[in-house]
Amino acid sequence: MADTDTTKKAGVAGKAKEAWKEKAAASRQRDVEFTSVSGEEVDLLYAPGDVADLDYDRDLGFPGEYPYTRGVRHNMYRGRLWTMRQFSGFGTPEDSNKRNKFLLEHGQTGLSVAFDLPTIMGYDSDHERAEGEVGVCGVAIDSLRDMETLFDGIPLDKVSTSMTINAPAAVLLAMYICVGEGQGVDSKQLRGTIQNDLLKEYIAQKTWIFPPTPSMRIITDIMQYCATDVPQWNTISVSGYHIREAGSTALQELAFTLADGFAYVEAGIAAGMDVDAFAPRLSFFFNSHLDFFEEVAKFRAARRIWATDMREKYGAKDPRSWLLRFHTQTAGCSLTAPQPFNNVVRTALEALAAVMGGTQSLHTNSMDESLALPSEEAVHVALRTQQVIAHESGVPNVIDPLGGSYYVEALTNRMEEGCRDYFDKIEKLGGVIPAIEKGFFQRDIAKAAFKYQRAIEEGRQVIVGVNKYVDEGEEIKIELLKIGPEAAKRQRRVLGTVRNERDDAAVKSALAGLRAAAEGTDNLMPHFVQCSRVYATEGEMIGVLREIFGEYREPPIYW
Amino acid sequence: MPQRIRVLVAKPGLDGHDRGAKVVASALRDGGMEVIYTGLHQTPEMIVNAAVQEDVDVVAMSILSGAHMTMFPRVLELLKEKGVDDVIVTGLFGPGTDTRDIVTYIREAVAQKRGA
Repeated sequence: MADTDTTKKAGVAGKAKEAWKEKAAASRQRDVEFTSVSGEEVDLLYAPGDVADLDYDRDLGFPGEYPYTRGVRHNMYRGRLWTMRQFSGFGTPEDSNKRNKFLLEHGQTGLSVAFDLPTIMGYDSDHERAEGEVGVCGVAIDSLRDMETLFDGIPLDKVSTSMTINAPAAVLLAMYICVGEGQGVDSKQLRGTIQNDLLKEYIAQKTWIFPPTPSMRIITDIMQYCATDVPQWNTISVSGYHIREAGSTALQELAFTLADGFAYVEAGIAAGMDVDAFAPRLSFFFNSHLDFFEEVAKFRAARRIWATDMREKYGAKDPRSWLLRFHTQTAGCSLTAPQPFNNVVRTALEALAAVMGGTQSLHTNSMDESLALPSEEAVHVALRTQQVIAHESGVPNVIDPLGGSYYVEALTNRMEEGCRDYFDKIEKLGGVIPAIEKGFFQRDIAKAAFKYQRAIEEGRQVIVGVNKYVDEGEEIKIELLKIGPEAAKRQRRVLGTVRNERDDAAVKSALAGLRAAAEGTDNLMPHFVQCSRVYATEGEMIGVLREIFGEYREPPIYW
Repeated sequence: MPQRIRVLVAKPGLDGHDRGAKVVASALRDGGMEVIYTGLHQTPEMIVNAAVQEDVDVVAMSILSGAHMTMFPRVLELLKEKGVDDVIVTGLFGPGTDTRDIVTYIREAVAQKRGA
């Protein structure tokens, strides 16, 4: 008892800690920088004095209750484990269909589709800009015919599907709705997510098509349409993942992502929607990097900030609008080409941070992803990593197991404070879109990326197998998946058949309807669905919009 | 005093992975070179036009997607068509490459070319 009292007093006053720190400073210390992966200084020890202002009810509360710092569900993983969702997609729709069935058979519980670059950029496979890219980084989709093949034998009322698609998200969602129609599944039963987060495209991922303003219009059209017609669909996956992969720090990832999220909320309100009509369908997508505690703090702070601002600033009344639900992917940028088996260990640590941070779904990277698309064997190990955490580690038994740690609570507070500072800066620049146009985010991220690269090259940041413990003369012997030119040939063949067999008059009329809606103010979604239904191609639909909305060009900025 | 090395850092293809290109641009600048960064989504034609207009010594292309198999030969072909034979064309190396090695490589390659 006496001991506890002394410790507590000492910590609160901070004096005893200072005195103790002097002793520690006099002791031997390794000659390295004690900073987080993000370059943030961390203290040698955290004590009660570091979280003296923490108020349990106000700042943490119980899981499933405001402000949700400790988790979004009352029962968390005892109720249901996170969804194990491996991102997948390559080559032809037939190849991806086969991979998805393989993953479902091995216990994966949700589908996740990656698209190739021409699909992401709104070009059909026979467009000149598609050359060399068809089926390379994901599956190629040109028309509803490809989408039917991709989901062949997969009942859409039984699975949830996450589609990593942004600028043409409305088109892919429309095609998915049509696949459902063909299977006799009503759009109200469809479950899944489109990424549809254009703000982070301008900030980090850079696969935009249209300028920000029409992009925001398409997004609010989707939110409006889904609120009534596809009510179980997550309309935006507000993404920090790519911001982090582009080289940001953990704090920048958090702050920029939440700022984007709030910008969508403001856009929805400005379009005349009730915030509670669309906010519950917004979800988030974060990165999980190697600095374990920093990541856990980031996830916890994210939930608290979102809940607080949604309730207090935006006046949301439905508790579901306050919940920050998120998918996590382990950090691709933390993986190394040398000694690829080390990547299994890195990914396991990152996955554990995501679970300790209360993620709703998780993708674990495969060990060969720094080199190429993952092989089947590597994907298998990655999925098994999640299953070991879920069933062997005991971690999912207890909610927010790091809650109450002086360190994690102090870091969580620091994340929130840093985030608020960034919100102020963004507001001073006029909001997210003006800040994008001024290059604010892009410059800040480029600066952080360069700093990190320098730290590695100067050996201040150790990367095992890269700048320390290097295996001289290592030959990388890992089975790599390569996509040949067959995918492009197949796409062109199917595209030709579709163009021959479809009803041209119906296509023309549907595209004219889309054009009229884009020129006016009608919701675009029903037009995308109609165009898809009659087998208009993605390139044709996006082509119409390119003519009306124009294309975005960014000022090339580096730091 | 030798003329400063001019480098066009080019980002061809449809993907948006410009982290590497930007890091390299910063490193080359810190290494005393003049850097012109093209920005994203460049076609081989755009790259070659920029290289000619800017009269660069080196074109450094950063490609993360699979398209280097088509982009690279096309840039070389177009340069040849325009009669440009004094520009060094290089890819931007694999993951984990030390940017200081890139600076050294470019310096040596340009010195050799200028010497020749």
